[in-house]
Amino acid sequence: MRQKMGVGHWIGFVVILVWCLLPVAWIVSLSFKSLDETTVGSPQFLPKDPTWDNYQVLLNWNDPAGHDFMRALINSFGIALIATFLSVVFATLAAYAIARLEFRGKRLVLSMALAIAMFPVVSLVGPLFDMWRTFHLFNTWPGLIIPYMTFTLPLAIWTLSAFFREIPWEMEQAAQVDGATSWQAFRKVIVPLAAPGVFTAAILTFFFAWNEFVLAISLTSTTGSRTVPAQMSFFVGPDPFNPPYAQLATASVIVTIPVIIIVLLFQRRIVAGLTSGAVKG
Amino acid sequence: MTTTVATPQTRATRRAPASDRSTAENRLGQRLVAPAVLLMLLVTAWPMIQALYLSLFRYRLTTPDDREFIGLGNYLTVLGDGLFWKVTLNTVIIMVVTVAVELVIGFAFAMVMHRIVFARGVMRTSILIPYGIITVVSAFAWQFTFSINNGWVNSWFAWLPWIGTDTNWYGGHWSAMFAIMVSEIWKTTPFMSLLLLAGLSQVSEDMLEAAQVDGATWWQRLWKVILPNMRAAIMVAVLFRALDAFRIFDNIYIMTKGAQNTQSSSFLTYRQVIEQFQLGMGSALSVLLFLTVLLLAFLIVRLFRVDLAQARGEG
Amino acid sequence: MASITMKNIVKQYGDGFPAVNDVSIDIADGEFMILVGPSGCGKSTLLRMIVGLEDISSGDMLIGDQRVNDLAPRDRNLAMVFQNYALYPHLTVYENIAFPLRLAGAPDSEIDQKVRAASATLELDEHLDRKPGNLSGGQRQRVAMGRAIVRDADAFLFDEPLSNLDAKLRGQMRTEISRLQKRLGITTVYVTHDQTEAMTLGDRVAVLKRGLLQQLATPRELYENPGNLFVAGFIGSPPMNFLPATVEGTTAKLPFGNVELPPDRAERAAGHGLLLAGIRPEYFDDASTREGAGGSTFHATVEVVEWLGHETYAYIPYDAPPEVAEQLRQLERDLDGEAMHTQLVAALSGNSRIKAGDQAEIWVDASKIHLFDPETGRNLTVDAEHAGTIPDLATTA
Repeated sequence: MRQKMGVGHWIGFVVILVWCLLPVAWIVSLSFKSLDETTVGSPQFLPKDPTWDNYQVLLNWNDPAGHDFMRALINSFGIALIATFLSVVFATLAAYAIARLEFRGKRLVLSMALAIAMFPVVSLVGPLFDMWRTFHLFNTWPGLIIPYMTFTLPLAIWTLSAFFREIPWEMEQAAQVDGATSWQAFRKVIVPLAAPGVFTAAILTFFFAWNEFVLAISLTSTTGSRTVPAQMSFFVGPDPFNPPYAQLATASVIVTIPVIIIVLLFQRRIVAGLTSGAVKG
Repeated sequence: MTTTVATPQTRATRRAPASDRSTAENRLGQRLVAPAVLLMLLVTAWPMIQALYLSLFRYRLTTPDDREFIGLGNYLTVLGDGLFWKVTLNTVIIMVVTVAVELVIGFAFAMVMHRIVFARGVMRTSILIPYGIITVVSAFAWQFTFSINNGWVNSWFAWLPWIGTDTNWYGGHWSAMFAIMVSEIWKTTPFMSLLLLAGLSQVSEDMLEAAQVDGATWWQRLWKVILPNMRAAIMVAVLFRALDAFRIFDNIYIMTKGAQNTQSSSFLTYRQVIEQFQLGMGSALSVLLFLTVLLLAFLIVRLFRVDLAQARGEG
Repeated sequence: MASITMKNIVKQYGDGFPAVNDVSIDIADGEFMILVGPSGCGKSTLLRMIVGLEDISSGDMLIGDQRVNDLAPRDRNLAMVFQNYALYPHLTVYENIAFPLRLAGAPDSEIDQKVRAASATLELDEHLDRKPGNLSGGQRQRVAMGRAIVRDADAFLFDEPLSNLDAKLRGQMRTEISRLQKRLGITTVYVTHDQTEAMTLGDRVAVLKRGLLQQLATPRELYENPGNLFVAGFIGSPPMNFLPATVEGTTAKLPFGNVELPPDRAERAAGHGLLLAGIRPEYFDDASTREGAGGSTFHATVEVVEWLGHETYAYIPYDAPPEVAEQLRQLERDLDGEAMHTQLVAALSGNSRIKAGDQAEIWVDASKIHLFDPETGRNLTVDAEHAGTIPDLATTA
């Protein structure tokens, strides 16, 4: 690494920060504008008269808008966490097999994962809509959890098998020679070593489930199982030509907070996971 | 001779068909992948077959008894309709423009991040925020940005000749498309730049210094050393992003609801199925969308000779 | 502690290729056995079959009196040091060493006492709380050995344990392993591709080539009585010189001149036509620094001289006839080497004043010349009494 840092890099640094953070700053600023201000029209960046009103409405269980939003928040958390957990468990088993074992059909599994990673989710909306109504999964948590698991499996399997492959094969053999059964070798050696990878896969999976929109609006019909992105899209307010900008911005800020926390805490892991194995060779 | 001997020690061990160890391994492997495979089949393969079947019927959910087998009728209707082609063209335009712009900006970002020696944590955090943010949130943020009453674009950029305080971005096809693409580009450039950064860090400094000693200018080093060595990373990034961009839905749904001819293929399909309950016609669109993505993936892989297995390190 | 017996061990892979072919080796209780050969000779496969990480296609593997072919690694009670040490990165040095004991469910007090004893032996006391990632190569190596010695294993197995260390450390660790093995008196099987390790460490050495056992003997026997061209070329550094030779009566005709052979050697080589004469570099000397000894001398032009202080290497090129040139190239390939142009390496006394380009008079100790059949590679002049076991001879004879 050469230590040369020209003016160009300084400018680049500032440009990247502005690029990434300006829209975030914008919704934060908007969330402090009063409803009256946005109804009249408020094209300036900063609020004229900052107010906490929007937050008070949205985080108030007794307010209808707040009630719906909080329900959606609970749905989002519940569905995303359960889908993440199950997906990572399934993916861990599959990735271990793919990275470590030689078995028939391995190529097939990999190709299938790849195909699903590229799959247009919208193609499935119709048939799933039909099937879910038959199985009484329409507008339920499992109705979203099951497809979310499916669509996050490829990414999780990829990330995890890249991590598993980095663990020296000898490590397990050494444990066996040291007197461990296969299960002990897996429990005491592989699991602790793979934990960071599993965690990374979990973060990426969570992001997907937290972000998902198409299925969320298609397979739900009430606030009983609607997630935040879906709820936000229905949250138009009384006047369809003048949506409640400030409240939508506030909702946006609130759902972005978990993302920012996760990014702040685990940035290294996320980058490693996103690029794992993507550029080898 | 020696080479053929050296590799089997690690590789062929697990290929022997006869030994107990490998049969056991085979069984264990298949058992471990079974749950994931079953789930993927249940949620994708089965509905896809369902869609294929339904696409051969005239079938509206509102009038379920009026279901009638019409063979390829739905496909003929769709393919004969100008709207389908208009929408496909829109989607292709969005895909090509966003991926091209992202590639350039993403590469510039990657170059900066690669060379930067301070505040790497700050940089990484900020680049990950657009990546992690919900697409719907990004769509709202940009919708408001371009809003005529409440957006800052018109007031900040009023000095440009074609922008005034009363410019209605959602009033015209191209300006609405522009707003949609800005949101898409903002949200996904970080992913692109991270993939490119990973590729960039694999280009050895020694090689660059050797090129410098050989008399290559900055521009020549970029085109003759850096880019050829990042080929695999660039291709993987382009493939993933192109397929992703082709499926664009969230931004359009939030920002324009398809107004001003800004519908994408995904959006049209969704509309047919969910809003108009045209399961037969919608299924035909679903199948066509699926086939298009498949074709697109095939073309990109073929055209750029991306070896995904190799790129992903599957060997 | 136990002996290890391998009877006609075969390892065949799915494609039918035998990585280990009919190898029989007896390792006595407490013996230090080396498995050596170039890469791909099957030495690591053999070791992994002993420890149970690799299936045995046919043959019998006995530890003590028990046949272990079908036992899982954990039931064989062997300790192994891996090439990359395979230390558990998430455990401290202490826990790494304690790992096998914990698996066996030993009480904490016993674990502590054994780990402390091992760490004292290996001088790891001050590192017990560190993680392997923070240790130097030599320290990691010692932790791996610590993990092996805390158990009362029946035998130690080493898989190229020093190949990741630099040259100086390798020398030190070599002595360390030797000292440890002598003190514990434990049966040890040690795989290496390095002939120096093989010579210095082993009680006996098994030389393998492409899955076949070439010779099983003490280091001294291997050096003085190699069974064939391959063993002769593999053992010794710099390696033995092979020169085309024809024997008439007791005179061997070499590219540089004639040499008088001892009658018994000449007799065994008679009637074989063109042969390869194997002469170790140290059997040559600068005739001018040598007084009154027997042997023959010849004149040759020295191309390159390397003076090392205690000795001098002189390089003398020669032309090999096509019949033997091909044989020599094949030998180079077998030995993992690059096929270079044919040249003679002579290790002369450090006093020698010969310079590059000189026409020098070189002395050769003819009594130690070996003669090889270029077709079969067999050593015609081998002293079978002092050459250990040469399976090839046994079957052809």
